[in-house]
Amino acid sequence: MAIRYLLGNEGIAHACLEANIDFASGYPGTPSSEVIDVLRMQKERPFTVEWSTNEKVAFENALAAAWCGVRALCTMKHVGLNVAADPLMTSAYTGVTGGFVILSADDPFAHSSQNEQDTRRYAHFARLPCLDPASVQEAHDMMRDAFALSEEVGLPVIFRPTTRICHSKGDVDLGEVGTVHRAAEFRRDPKQYVVIPAHTRVLHKVLNEKQPALKRRLVELGYNRHTVRGRTAVVASGVSAAYVQEVLPDDVSLAIVGAYPIDEEWLADFVDRHEKVLVVEELDPVVEEVVRQAATKTEVFGKIDGTVPYEGEFTPATVAAALEQAGMAPTANFPAAAPVPGVPPRPPILCAGCMHRPTFYAMRKVFRDGIFPSDIGCYTLGLQLGAVDTTICMGASITVGSGIARSGEERPVVSTIGDSTFLHTGIPGLLNAVYNGADMVVVILDNRITAMTGHQPNPNTGVTATGVESTPISLDAICRSCGVSWVETVDPYDLPVLLDTFRRAKERKGVRVVIAKQPCVITARRSGIKRKPYTVDPERCTGCGACRSFGCPAIAFVDKNATITELCAGCGVCADICPSGAIILEGRR
Amino acid sequence: MKPSFDVLIVGIGGQGTVLASNVLGEACIIENRTVRSAETHGMAQRGGSVESHIRIDGKHGSLIVPGTADLLIAFDLLEALRYRHYLPVGGKLVVNRHLVVPTSVYQQDLDVPDEESILAALADLDVTCIDAASLAEEAGSILSQNIVMLGAASGDIPLRPETLEEAVRRCVPPKTVEVNTVAFRIGREKGAGTP
Repeated sequence: MAIRYLLGNEGIAHACLEANIDFASGYPGTPSSEVIDVLRMQKERPFTVEWSTNEKVAFENALAAAWCGVRALCTMKHVGLNVAADPLMTSAYTGVTGGFVILSADDPFAHSSQNEQDTRRYAHFARLPCLDPASVQEAHDMMRDAFALSEEVGLPVIFRPTTRICHSKGDVDLGEVGTVHRAAEFRRDPKQYVVIPAHTRVLHKVLNEKQPALKRRLVELGYNRHTVRGRTAVVASGVSAAYVQEVLPDDVSLAIVGAYPIDEEWLADFVDRHEKVLVVEELDPVVEEVVRQAATKTEVFGKIDGTVPYEGEFTPATVAAALEQAGMAPTANFPAAAPVPGVPPRPPILCAGCMHRPTFYAMRKVFRDGIFPSDIGCYTLGLQLGAVDTTICMGASITVGSGIARSGEERPVVSTIGDSTFLHTGIPGLLNAVYNGADMVVVILDNRITAMTGHQPNPNTGVTATGVESTPISLDAICRSCGVSWVETVDPYDLPVLLDTFRRAKERKGVRVVIAKQPCVITARRSGIKRKPYTVDPERCTGCGACRSFGCPAIAFVDKNATITELCAGCGVCADICPSGAIILEGRR
Repeated sequence: MKPSFDVLIVGIGGQGTVLASNVLGEACIIENRTVRSAETHGMAQRGGSVESHIRIDGKHGSLIVPGTADLLIAFDLLEALRYRHYLPVGGKLVVNRHLVVPTSVYQQDLDVPDEESILAALADLDVTCIDAASLAEEAGSILSQNIVMLGAASGDIPLRPETLEEAVRRCVPPKTVEVNTVAFRIGREKGAGTP
């Protein structure tokens, strides 16, 4: 149809349209979020698209759609698949009738993640096919064909792009958007969909029996392919294959693994024809383990012998170094170019005017000896403000908090969690804390949106993924129905009230909830809310540094004295912090 | 000779590095050339240091290896220093004469180099220094600094200036096409005029 310059995730979303997708659900997570965002922003939408409350919810909804015979997609980041792992494992037994594709985006180097786990392990674990694209174009093509593959084998298909596929751009050759959509019909079949022991034992056998043909089919479809060019070879998977091709000498053979499970016979045939094989793949040695099993006399290089790193993401330089070490001269040698030492870091930071900053500030003022479990979101950046003591996974702020409180630790525990994360997996933890009598404060950082991943709406926002007004929900009512009797909602821009609320919370026992509520400063600006910026009266500024600890990027310092830059969003909290009244609204001197 | 022309655009989240890299990508499509690029998304972009890799005529991966970039465009002096190792010695740098001090510097009381010492540390590169803010204001909007910078670097980019201008028109918000077209031209003149 047309060649366009597209983000990997945009190409993937377009491929879903080409494949006549009928249903899409997901929970936002970098680097996967833009796929649903592109689908929900389509002008013509002859399909259902939803942001779900968590990945398990998204998975089960999409699975059910596929049981009704329509084509379904569900998207998440790699750690989201942990949340959805329960239905994942058994969906391999039940299978599907409509094509079902699970997009789980991995994040080598953990650019925006809490770990570097490998989705291919889940595919192996569940015995499901997994597609692993090497380029943006291939991501598009594989996704376009994945629904048909799912229908052909009757199984969900896992689609595993990595950050450098999702967030790379390139020239992508697109096909036409499909126009044929199916009518959903659930056909009752308890032997397939009711996994009581008597049924599931049979289904397990069926799943295992599908494997040999599946492996051969993935070779037939060209996902796993090789070219024999010499006595040495590289086996590469995913985006690493692109880096390999950049530096591979002409006389070294190449096998590209783009799909799992790998056909061992196909692989053994390739490996056997070479004296040495180097395996290059990011994250886990998934391919390498199969290569080592297949190899009879071939010398194998990879992660297990230390030739290739286990952690982080690769570049052509990583591959060149590995080739060198394995004795296969790369076509390019990269200079050892080290960064200039001592350049002050510029980490990401909460925006000027962000509602989390005053909340953290007040929390630390009141709970000086507090322990601060936190969660996954923009507010994890509160680490820089000394307001984040733990972060492990979605929803764990409340459970880790109650665990610390119930362990016998006597200092006060104040957990912070965003609105979307609270709705994702925070609620069961709150219910548990009340039920078991934990003594703790939970602060819900309610900015009305899922901000960090690109401002996706959630049930608390008041609109659905497609912009339709949704039934209003109340965080206050949810907390009270979990059994919390002390719930206070406060405007975090109002520092005196915020401090007072925390002080009153401190005096009480049991589970206390403070809902700090103010729209995300980015969405507020986009929706036209304008606040007047503040300025510093240089005659009144004493250079005391009280505002320095607030850590706002709009406050700069010349020698000791504060100035306010053009980044000021007008939240006015620093004016309340300044002990000499030197911070004032612009034009109010 | 490597097959692609590799441009690294660096700055601070919110300065418009992604838009600038989109212009280069779009220009490649207009000229029927292949392109690969990589950007920063997610948490890392909140006011932090960001980088866009653009490989004009790229056919494989999107990442540029340090020491091999053909051009570095930096929207901030400190970011120029942070990423200068992507260029070989003598490589081409187009940098905005502007320095935003990271907030962490104030909080942790770190030393931050001043403009003069940064420029001294970059002296072994082929440097063009641009006052993007005043040129953007001259063009009609302070928000067009990213396009000013792209214009200033465009003489070193193997894409036709008319293609780049067309790409600017396609990539910027419709209401700002005029301002950004002027910004590109002013930047281009300034970039060519600096020895």
